[in-house]
Amino acid sequence: MLVLHYASSSLTGAVTDVSAVDVERNSISILIREEPPQLDSSRATDAVSGMVLGHVMEGLVRMGLDGRLEGAVAEDWEVTPTTATFWLREDAKWSDGQAVTAADFIFSWQTALKPETGSEYAFLLFAVKNAEAINNGTLPPSALGVSAPNPNTLVIELERPVPFFDKMLVFPTFLPIREDFFLATEGRFGADADQLLYNGPFQITRWVHGSSMTFERNPHFWNQDEIHLDAIHVPYITSDATASLNFFKDSKIAMTGLQAENLTEAMRMGWQIRQHRDGTVFYIDFNYRDGRATDNLNLRRAIQLALDMDEMVYKVTKLPGYEPGVSLFPGWLMGEKTLLRQEYPPTKIIPNASAAKAYLQTAMQELGLSEPPTLVLLSGDNPISSVQSEWVQQSLKTTLGIAVKIDKQIFKQRLAKMTAGDFDMVLAGWGPDYNDPLTFGDLYASWNKNNRGEYNSQELDTLIETAQNQLEPAVRMRAFGDIQQHLIDNAVLLPMYERGVTYVVDPRIKQLKRRVIGPDPDWSRVYIDTGSE
Amino acid sequence: MLKYFAKRIVLGLVTIWFIASATFFGMHAVPGDPLAGDKAMTAQIRANLEAKYGLDQPLGTQYLIYLGNIAQGDFGISFTQENRRVNDIIREHFPISATLGILAIVFAGLGGVLWGALTALYRNRWPDVVIMFLVILGISVPSFVVAAISQWSLVGLNLATGTAVLPIGGWGTVWHMLVPALVLGLSTMAYLTRLMRSSMLEVVSTDYIRTAKAKGLPATQIFSRHQLRNAILPVVTVLGPAIAGITTGGFVVEIVFAIPGLGRYFVQAIQQLDYTVIMGTTVFYGAFLVFMVILVDLVYGFIDPRVRVEK
Amino acid sequence: MSTSHLTPADFQPLQGSVSGQQISRPSLSYWADAWRRLQDNPRAMASMGLIAFLLAFVSVGPYLWQVDPSVQDLDQIGIGPGADRSVTLAPPFQPWLPEQQSTILADNAMGLTLTMPATTQAVRLMWARADGERYRLYRNLFDPSDTGSFGLPLAELDRSYFEDRLDLQAGTYFYSLVMLDANGAETATAITQTVNVTRVISVAEAIERGLIKTEAEAQLGQELKLAWHPLGTDYLGRDMLARLMYGGQVSLFIGIFAPLAFVLLGVIYGSVAGFLGGATDQAMMRFADFVVALPFLLFMILFKVIFGIGPGESGIWPMLVAMIILLWPAPARLVRGQILQIREEGYVSASRLLGGTTSYVVGRHMLPNTLGVILVTMTFQVPSAIFTEAFLSFIGMGVAPPTPSWGAMCNEGIKSMLTRPHELMFPALLISITVLAFNLLGDGLRDALDARMRGTE
Repeated sequence: MLVLHYASSSLTGAVTDVSAVDVERNSISILIREEPPQLDSSRATDAVSGMVLGHVMEGLVRMGLDGRLEGAVAEDWEVTPTTATFWLREDAKWSDGQAVTAADFIFSWQTALKPETGSEYAFLLFAVKNAEAINNGTLPPSALGVSAPNPNTLVIELERPVPFFDKMLVFPTFLPIREDFFLATEGRFGADADQLLYNGPFQITRWVHGSSMTFERNPHFWNQDEIHLDAIHVPYITSDATASLNFFKDSKIAMTGLQAENLTEAMRMGWQIRQHRDGTVFYIDFNYRDGRATDNLNLRRAIQLALDMDEMVYKVTKLPGYEPGVSLFPGWLMGEKTLLRQEYPPTKIIPNASAAKAYLQTAMQELGLSEPPTLVLLSGDNPISSVQSEWVQQSLKTTLGIAVKIDKQIFKQRLAKMTAGDFDMVLAGWGPDYNDPLTFGDLYASWNKNNRGEYNSQELDTLIETAQNQLEPAVRMRAFGDIQQHLIDNAVLLPMYERGVTYVVDPRIKQLKRRVIGPDPDWSRVYIDTGSE
Repeated sequence: MLKYFAKRIVLGLVTIWFIASATFFGMHAVPGDPLAGDKAMTAQIRANLEAKYGLDQPLGTQYLIYLGNIAQGDFGISFTQENRRVNDIIREHFPISATLGILAIVFAGLGGVLWGALTALYRNRWPDVVIMFLVILGISVPSFVVAAISQWSLVGLNLATGTAVLPIGGWGTVWHMLVPALVLGLSTMAYLTRLMRSSMLEVVSTDYIRTAKAKGLPATQIFSRHQLRNAILPVVTVLGPAIAGITTGGFVVEIVFAIPGLGRYFVQAIQQLDYTVIMGTTVFYGAFLVFMVILVDLVYGFIDPRVRVEK
Repeated sequence: MSTSHLTPADFQPLQGSVSGQQISRPSLSYWADAWRRLQDNPRAMASMGLIAFLLAFVSVGPYLWQVDPSVQDLDQIGIGPGADRSVTLAPPFQPWLPEQQSTILADNAMGLTLTMPATTQAVRLMWARADGERYRLYRNLFDPSDTGSFGLPLAELDRSYFEDRLDLQAGTYFYSLVMLDANGAETATAITQTVNVTRVISVAEAIERGLIKTEAEAQLGQELKLAWHPLGTDYLGRDMLARLMYGGQVSLFIGIFAPLAFVLLGVIYGSVAGFLGGATDQAMMRFADFVVALPFLLFMILFKVIFGIGPGESGIWPMLVAMIILLWPAPARLVRGQILQIREEGYVSASRLLGGTTSYVVGRHMLPNTLGVILVTMTFQVPSAIFTEAFLSFIGMGVAPPTPSWGAMCNEGIKSMLTRPHELMFPALLISITVLAFNLLGDGLRDALDARMRGTE
């Protein structure tokens, strides 16, 4: 009886009829891969939370449809080396009709920095005065260098000059939270649809955990002209690629990702296939701890020359949009005037089996080995990294005679092993947190905790310090160019590829924005084109 | 009788304690770090998180706190969905798995009895051959293959007819449940068909059927009154264990058909190393199984006087 | 005889007939009888034949088909059985420097030109470009005028050339060049060019793959045959037949040894409990009850995570151990029940009265009489062990790559079910055959070994 009772109650709130595009109700349906763990912006870390928050919340600034930074809650702003000032628009409202004020940002940032919040992304705020000390618990949250001379002005004192400070603000950690609402939720903030206050174009009206969500137009949103849809439904939450494809085929969702296996099918169906490079770089990371063979430069060079990343991308991954990796800095990063890649083109490594063997011989002499070493390759448990690690294993075996042991682990165990240094090589990836080359550039700094192989070079550290502390763009970009060269020359990491996403969208949907920084995909400005029907 | 069941319940509670302990110590033997995230965290943030989940306490203390909480029916807070209680997760997702399981059992039971009776009636003629072939297929193809192919066929059906004949996944109405429940119940149905068939054939040669025939009862009456009724008994006895098996065995169907049941949730939790959800789900399912078995025993006592508990 | 004298011996009374009952045929032991009955069951015999075939396939097969299951034939990825293997010998791939190439552009609207014969190494296209123009280049397997879409977007370009190297297969491709407007939207200016790609291989690659022996005998343009894959290849170009053989070793090993091990453990545990009886029996069986209560699949997954798989390990042993830990109680209960029952039988008492020692009674009477039940249980456990392995592979908790197993191969095959059905069909078929064979054998054994359990089929 108990069971049946629950069953019936769980059925009442479900979406019963969904279609990819509903012209009459001016709504669309989409699928998300997994459910947001929670929607408290001060603690959000994952891409799905970022995507959902990007539709229901609005920060000081946002990425526009043209890919440029534009004002959102802030009408105008000014960043100097010591302070940043934001003037908030007066018509920005919460979903209960109250105005969004500077105090909401101050409260949100203080919350993110409080040690007991345990926010993984608190470090993004460290540019603000006293932020790091607050996060370490040495100063109270009230000491944060942020003030509101009036409800519509936010003045931020900077700890150190950050030339790209405004660009960082598109990250969810900087979204506003209203104090009275936060306190009223008694620790359940962001756990359910009614435990969240919205100031974005949409608000979540229904959230059935693990099952479905509905975003409806927020009547209090200030910029109604730009918003066209009345609702976005999320009828399915699944990471199963086949299911996603089937839902799209069945006209239940407006977009699906495509795997290499489905491309022929998609072409046969005559779908409008698109691709998008999502800005993430994947690479092989080495372990530099004492006693690891991979600490040897010549061994790394041998591996660098033995692996043909073109072959991997063109024959193993087989998806358009993937680009063979040449540098830790992906191609989309802006340099001083144009792309960083154009200003400082990386040397492309041409695979060379005989040179690789020669390096291996030298490495074996230096290491005192009579046979090629056996290396442990740590890898994730998703199908793509399995395939890639099998390819690396086979390539190194045929070219160099190096035996590779694949260590396939689930996410958390892989992270634990990476942190403990329990690997020789690891398949890793890095996505940008903000729109500046530094988001990649400081990865191998000796002090960076994400440098899990513990690479330590005085030369590189100096370059990174230059890139961090200098204000002159030309000087910074030259430093990034030098960092890139250092990483290639020393085979510090082996870039495998820049990831692409291949997908299809219902042809009636216009103004869907895919982006590298900020919520992706962004459905907020989408409209339904009925003319093409 | 009452005393017997009181004893069973006490034993059941001890069993649950055993399951809880096995899960707890198992989970804490797992290498890996449930708190690890994409980005490395500072020692301070780590310490804060550990304190939040009580991981800073010694293992013995953690165990006692854990047992105390279970005794109060509290499974704690999820590690990945930080603001959700495990109790809420189970309360929201288990009914879905249970509904699916019950429907699958109904399909399997009805189908098994029907097909089994048919094959026995048409023994060695074409309906028997066809059904038994399908039964063999149902037993010998892995469930995820069956699930994937049936979903793909549904898509094809919807495309061909141009209308949504049946939803191909998700959860909501009875229509969403039909195909997943059929797939889930398939192997049980096949098993029950075989059981029903041999049971029917055994009953045919019994004395009371001969008597009934001798009395001159019409064949239909013999079939429905005597043969079917008696042949169903063994089928009913295996339904109990099947209920438990199907309810926890819905992982595959839930994953393929994107059904937000507890099974799919458990698989996700394992991949995320979500300690509290894993322990909560396991203990909950364990307890569910234990009490289902007791319940089924109790029910048999009423159904069949021959198996009424003696002690 | 008539002439002989009568002697007193002739007057002795005749003795009664000595032979009362004549045993006309040799006596049959229990096992011989069971074997005879099994032989009468055509289905059981056929299933035994199938099992013998499967065992030979995975054990003898690799000696007959000596192909390394881990070698990746990247020229032939995901090909079906009987695919065309011809390949032309060509110069090795050289990076393209389009700036240095003078090309006469073709006479079409956008001047879209194939600059050299298209091969599986690369397809090189050039076109006429005015300053500031941007393009999107598509590739399609089908004629865009039939399907209504240009197909796969390869790149967005603000230059006048493109080199395509993405997963090129021999066959016809339709390349479409579409001009973009200032906002990046597609304009009506577009052109489609049909390109026939031929499969080529360089001399060095041909030598590496063993298609030719020395450089001297190589002749550019010469036609060769790539390695033969009778059942096609998988997503990394590995030979399906070889992988099915090695994968079968894993699946059958788990499928047969896991039941063997946990049934053996269960038999020992159950017979000890049953024989000792009393409080010990109660305690032992209570413990078995606890283990039975553990939800199987949940704990199977849990144990897989707890044991973990180290680098380079296949993960077969953790799976085996987890199954043994979780599944022994069922046979233990069964055997204990049998032992308790047999202990009360008349022939056991008789044996004891006649001075049979404990070990004699157990060895001569108890175990042989339970063996039938044990054997039947074990046979029925094989399919479920094989399914468990397949299930774990499905949720990503199976054997670790590159070790193949039928379950893991099925799981990989499902993803490409529509385009490359052979990757799913073959392993799924082998699993089905195995499960079917053991189920039928189990039925046959049950009928043959135990009259009381005999079905009426």
